Amino acid sequence: MSDVSLSAPARPFRAATTEAPWIKWALIALSVAFLALMVFAPLLAVFIEALQDGLWVALETLGERDARSAIWLTLTVAAIAVPLNAAFGLAAAWCIAKYDFRGKAFLITLIDLPFSVSPVVAGLCIVLTFGANSAIGGWLVDNGYPIVFALPGIVLATMFVTFPFVARELIPVMIEQGRADEEAALTLGATGWRTFRTVTLPNVKWALLYGVLLCNARAMGEFGAVAVVSGKIRGQTATMPLQIEMFYQEYLSVAAFTMAGLLAFLALVTLLLKTLLELRFADQIAATHRQH
Amino acid sequence: MHIEIDEIAKSFGTTAALHPVSLAIPSGALIALLGPSGSGKTTLLRVLGGLEFPTSGRVLFDGDDATGLTVQDRRAGFVFQNYALFRHMTVFENVAYGLRARPRRTRPPEAEIVRRVEKLLDLIQLPGIGTRYPNQLSGGQRQRVALARALAIEPRMLLLDEPFGALDAKVRKELRGNLRHIHDATGLTTVFVTHDQDEAMELADLVVVMSMGRIEQVGKPADIRARPKTDFVRGFITA
Repeated sequence: MSDVSLSAPARPFRAATTEAPWIKWALIALSVAFLALMVFAPLLAVFIEALQDGLWVALETLGERDARSAIWLTLTVAAIAVPLNAAFGLAAAWCIAKYDFRGKAFLITLIDLPFSVSPVVAGLCIVLTFGANSAIGGWLVDNGYPIVFALPGIVLATMFVTFPFVARELIPVMIEQGRADEEAALTLGATGWRTFRTVTLPNVKWALLYGVLLCNARAMGEFGAVAVVSGKIRGQTATMPLQIEMFYQEYLSVAAFTMAGLLAFLALVTLLLKTLLELRFADQIAATHRQH
Repeated sequence: MHIEIDEIAKSFGTTAALHPVSLAIPSGALIALLGPSGSGKTTLLRVLGGLEFPTSGRVLFDGDDATGLTVQDRRAGFVFQNYALFRHMTVFENVAYGLRARPRRTRPPEAEIVRRVEKLLDLIQLPGIGTRYPNQLSGGQRQRVALARALAIEPRMLLLDEPFGALDAKVRKELRGNLRHIHDATGLTTVFVTHDQDEAMELADLVVVMSMGRIEQVGKPADIRARPKTDFVRGFITA
């Protein structure tokens, strides 16, 4: 033991969590290469393909009747599905995070179901339940409210697929925050609704916003489930992803890639918005995290 | 306000948190519910505040049955263990919350709200702190703000759950005196929960020693010290 030298070590001290430089650079290079190959290159390819005949030609394809109808339909579906999912997600997360009841684990599994079930299967389920051959669907069609091959079916399919985003984002935040804030508001005389509005909602607003943004991006891009329920009627029930596929199958590559570019652009705007909000409200986000 | 607890029992599922307990709290007293964790002291406090409803038994406020009274109608000033201050609101808005939550006809005008909040911030000896956010305060300051917020609703009683639990030893001593001062200044019937026997003995007029959902002994601190009634009490206060 006494042989252990206490003089200066041969190498400079390094924190236990610091890697050797070559490992650090190798890992960074690997990550960048992977991102470039899997994310940036395909995205760039879409925009290059779209702009091969110039910006004007690309933009003109978006002005055609079918294209405009697809864009409009996608925006309509997102505008209906996303707020509804935000409301349902909030309700589900509230229920799971703030109350104890039997079957809670089952409910959480159920919320995750859309992640594990193939969207095509989900679409088929909606067709079987609400299609013209089913009891409910038949009755609705007779009364002039078709679900399948119409807007309601597309909205339902989109909602099913994107349901977990808001709830999943909110549940851990709400569990972490516990019930004390709400209880405090109630003892101060606030009604349940006031407590929700002035305490619960402000406490989760950032998580809710992230959930809504992700939900929106996914809602606009959904293909599988919508493809089954929409019937892909040109100019009527074709959403942007469906219209892109149709253009592509017809070798209208400029039209296909331009719309793909627009869809990718909408998703990028969503992410940009999220990042900007984070930068702009960094103080507030930090302030609303619980102090220990 | 005189509080009477009449054979209150509470169970969660199959576990009994409180066996039927009875206790009379004289008007204007400062009472400590003392016991180890799992003794049912917090459950009893929450039953008083209307945050839990008892499985059986009654709570009487000044002789009137208050068992079914909602948490909002109890008008109990409640201070939570980690204070539960609203993080996204300034200290001023936190303290004003209870006044703003009142229905329109009983809500004081804005100038009156400002006046009352400032008076309360003076009472807790933190004047001029109104524009800060809870995460900019020290632990002791947060506790006092929570106290001011609870007092703002002009409560009929003050209920505190481990009010000194999250503080370091030095601040703890300081704030004990502070609570006594506020109690004497307002004259409110005050019940606080603690597992610290020094705290209970030093601060309270009357100490209620609890264990396993039962009340072991009720008495003045000196009496409990001198004549512990059960082995549990003897063991707990000499520990």
